[in-house]
Amino acid sequence: MPSTLSRKMGENRFVITAELAPPRGSDLTLFQRMADIVAPHVDAINVTDNQGANMRMTPLTAAALLVQKGIEPVMQLTCRDRNRLALQSDLLGAAAMGIHNILALTGDHITCGDHGQGRAVFDLDSVLLIQMIQGMNEGRDINGKPLDGKTAFFVGAAAAPEVEPFAVTRPKLVKKAAAGARFYQTQAVFDPQRLSMFCATVKPLGVKVVAGILVLRSAKMAEFINRNIPGLKIPPAIVERLAQAADPAAEGLRIAVEVALECRTTCHGVHLMAMGRDEVVPSIVAALN
Amino acid sequence: MIVSTQKPLDQILPALEGGTRVFIIGCAKCATVCKTGGEEEVFRMQEELIAAGKEVTGTIIIDETCHMLRTGRDLRSRKEQVEEADFLLVLSCGAGIQSVAEASDKKVVAGSDSKFLGNIRRFGQFEQRCSLCGDCRLNDTGGICPVTVCPKGMLNGPCGGMEDGNCEVDDSNRCAWVTIYERLEHQGRLEAMDHATPSRDFSHKRHPHNLSLKKG
Ligand code: SF4
Ligand code: SF4
Repeated sequence: MPSTLSRKMGENRFVITAELAPPRGSDLTLFQRMADIVAPHVDAINVTDNQGANMRMTPLTAAALLVQKGIEPVMQLTCRDRNRLALQSDLLGAAAMGIHNILALTGDHITCGDHGQGRAVFDLDSVLLIQMIQGMNEGRDINGKPLDGKTAFFVGAAAAPEVEPFAVTRPKLVKKAAAGARFYQTQAVFDPQRLSMFCATVKPLGVKVVAGILVLRSAKMAEFINRNIPGLKIPPAIVERLAQAADPAAEGLRIAVEVALECRTTCHGVHLMAMGRDEVVPSIVAALN
Repeated sequence: MIVSTQKPLDQILPALEGGTRVFIIGCAKCATVCKTGGEEEVFRMQEELIAAGKEVTGTIIIDETCHMLRTGRDLRSRKEQVEEADFLLVLSCGAGIQSVAEASDKKVVAGSDSKFLGNIRRFGQFEQRCSLCGDCRLNDTGGICPVTVCPKGMLNGPCGGMEDGNCEVDDSNRCAWVTIYERLEHQGRLEAMDHATPSRDFSHKRHPHNLSLKKG
């Protein structure tokens, strides 16, 4: 498999990924600058796909640009905006551009974002998307017809270790693994104990766990996230810590480092979500080393 | 039943511009139940149109406006009033409105918006449970339709937006998959969730649909 991320995980190395959102316009200058700051410190950079159903440049282009710069991307791909034809054609395009890692997602509902009147697609869901990619890796399209040149994607899926009720999400995690997911990039974790329980639960599936680490800036930001971002819940204790802190931004960073350090012993990597503060990524990575 | 809502008057009046005489058509079935075009609503519409300076040439409540032959026959029985009118204002579902359009050359004005196939919870309360996907999956989902009750039509379990068992799109709704899970667990058949459900065949949704029970 051409993915370096896959090789490193195969060698049981602790991996660090970060994420960048493509621009809301055609100007890639800032995206490139952030990529240059972050890339030397991480194993791969996730490129988000119209995150939160807010319109951005296609991750296909932004991820291809990273490849050209010698940076390994994880291209996020959601089922919200593309039917099975568009998903496959973007995947073939990604393969041709040297993009080897895909994070296969269902995607937030279109009404969560800035184009609420658009038509949501959801032709497939994440499980069916992973299954389809697995088929493409084996050289066939979703209908079983042979491809001229198969793909070799290393496929990841989302997971939410702290979601309630967790039991309801479990069968889907199993299905994602059976469909061909090789790693889970999790939703932000705050409770290391929950994370180790999660890791124990999914261990028999043989899927690597890369824990999501969220870098918060203030209690207000945490409250905003709790209100507006689906599936992301920041526990009251953390919000309180931020509220009490003299320097909330520094406290947010401290919380991120604490959780990340715990992850070193429980799981296979961390995924840093800096929420626009990508310049802090190097310091978190330094603390981990 | 088909759930519809009446268009607000300020959307209906512009459609009636260029004429003054209106014949109003309601429906005795669904549109009566959801109070879009029953006796009461047709009468109220008549009063409102008169107040807005229109002349109402007559009104009729057709028993199932979607029934094309019956609609044609009922309109013929009121030929004079229909002929006098510049517009036929229809307060039924979109199917009924088109029965009227097919039965008459007059300008037909839609006075309602058709919303969904609805279950009736109690008087005046409707819930969408089935979206007529043409490929029913209820046998695998404990009798709860994920295609409809989940805003994303997820087939394989909850999405990442589920929080505390509620839906990311509207947190006053339970996540469809939480309900399905609980039902299957209660019935001791959680294994129904073990294997990936095949993707939907959207060719069933190609429209317009026709169905004839007559043997060819
Ligand atoms: S799966 Fe749902 S939408 Fe499809 S026919 Fe059955 S109840 Fe209706
Ligand atoms: S929370 Fe549940 S019902 Fe709502 S969109 Fe996600 S899977 Fe569907």
